[in-house]
Amino acid sequence: MPENEPLPLIHARDLTKRFGTFTAVDSVDFDVARGESFGFLGPNGAGKTSTMRMIGSVSPISGGTLRVMGMDPATDGPTIRARVGVVPQQDTLDNELTVRENLVIYGRYFGLGRSEIGRRADELLEFAQLSERANDQVEPLSGGMKRRLTIARSLINEPELLLLDEPTTGLDPQARHLLWDRLYRLKQRGVTLVLTTHYMDEAEQLCDRLVVMDKARIVAEGSPRELIERYSTREVAELRFAPGVAEGLDGRLDGIAQRVEHLPDRVLLYADDGEAAASAVHQRGLKPDTVLVRRSSLEDVFLRLTGRSLID
Amino acid sequence: MIALPRPNATVGRVFEHRFLQYRRTFRASIFSSFLSPALFLTAMGLGLGSYVSTSSVSSLGGVSYLAFLAPGLLAATAMQSASFEATFPIMGGLVWNKIFHAMYATPITPRDIALGNLAWIAARLTFICTVFTTVIVVFGAAASPLVVLAIPAAVLTGLAFAAPIAAFSATQKTPDRFAAIFRFGITPLFLFSGTFFPLASLPSVLQPLAWLTPLYHGVALTRGLSLGTIVEDPAFAVVHLVALVAFIAAGTWALLRTMERRLVRG
Repeated sequence: MPENEPLPLIHARDLTKRFGTFTAVDSVDFDVARGESFGFLGPNGAGKTSTMRMIGSVSPISGGTLRVMGMDPATDGPTIRARVGVVPQQDTLDNELTVRENLVIYGRYFGLGRSEIGRRADELLEFAQLSERANDQVEPLSGGMKRRLTIARSLINEPELLLLDEPTTGLDPQARHLLWDRLYRLKQRGVTLVLTTHYMDEAEQLCDRLVVMDKARIVAEGSPRELIERYSTREVAELRFAPGVAEGLDGRLDGIAQRVEHLPDRVLLYADDGEAAASAVHQRGLKPDTVLVRRSSLEDVFLRLTGRSLID
Repeated sequence: MIALPRPNATVGRVFEHRFLQYRRTFRASIFSSFLSPALFLTAMGLGLGSYVSTSSVSSLGGVSYLAFLAPGLLAATAMQSASFEATFPIMGGLVWNKIFHAMYATPITPRDIALGNLAWIAARLTFICTVFTTVIVVFGAAASPLVVLAIPAAVLTGLAFAAPIAAFSATQKTPDRFAAIFRFGITPLFLFSGTFFPLASLPSVLQPLAWLTPLYHGVALTRGLSLGTIVEDPAFAVVHLVALVAFIAAGTWALLRTMERRLVRG
């Protein structure tokens, strides 16, 4: 029961996952409070999915402590899973069944009665904007629709905790925004969301708080705003030079910005006033092909923390 | 706190899912379930059998070739259906639509998924074998009312293949090796386990090998029941039964392990 839970909804200390000699998650600590929207941000292979599977109580931990809703996944796996909703990275829908049948059979896994499942399925189809496709086969649905069905399915047991592993990877922008809107509504209803993403905008849109993961470890933690303030500047000026020019700049940009980052295809000037930095570049007689001044994002945080771009 | 369903109830949910999938192809499968044994018994039993029966009555135990063949085909059909059900649908649930992974994200356990699938295969086999046995009776190929018990005997024969094959399927990432199971396992057994001719016709070095295969024991049981000869040697019947149960038990034990390992690994 919520009041009696001495621990946060998820509590992890020194949490470790090893596959043979490979360490996928290396002694990470984090807590997720009830009602919070929490993100794991990082590139592919950072250990996000392994962490999610441990929380989802389908993958045993290799070391450390993990408690989900005050319970130990090692001994209370089915009880935890009964109260969690899972949206896996890849859709695991039954393509041979209809949209509605997918919801119904999933409700049966939780031991729900048929009339209760029927009521919830109708609501969820509405929520996922799939009511009109209820009796259609799953196979021909678009990627966005399948994703919404997977999310609807994960809600059939009215979970307290929803685990979303890269919920919008591979979707077009319109489908992503629709999905974000649905997730935002869930958050407002008090469902605790835990998601992984390698999209900065997604983390900024959905997460109250997040950890940045890289190479099996947590390298930073905070709200999107805090992280940007701590590890970046307010604005960034992105300069693109003609081929060969950027290599010959050595030192000519010094002092213009708080930090200068040279990427293969562009130069980033980190400054609180991006416009001022950009005009300083011109004053020094440099002529970049394009100049883009933008707000700093989590991408910049990641670059600062790891020296690498988030998406290769 | 949600009350957790009892363990056997969760096995039932997995079964329910397989049934829901099957319902879509039910009509088509009923027709072929009757047609296939009728065609086989007509062509092999009556057609080919008209050449066999007069020449070698004694080695077939004094019955028509049709009566000899029919229960053997029943057991062999159970083997083939079971082997199919234990390969591609298992691969589907783990690799293609990954529905077993979806189940495992709920209170359903890998054990439930393993046992639920075996229970489903048993149900499918019961249906197929009942239809087949009905056709045998309609063809007048059964000599004893004990033929009714050939249905459970054939189901056990099928499960003796399904359990170990499903255990293997749960370790595979692609269906590439399934062809080898059918080509080097199921088809040779179909031809050389006493279905079409008595095992005594095989070279004597090969005969003990047949004892190691579930189909030999299955054919011995179904034939003994269909012809009524089982009552002459009940101790042998018990040995065959124990052999089938041993294959099922070992296969199930292996399946519980491979399914768990596979789902936990993700």
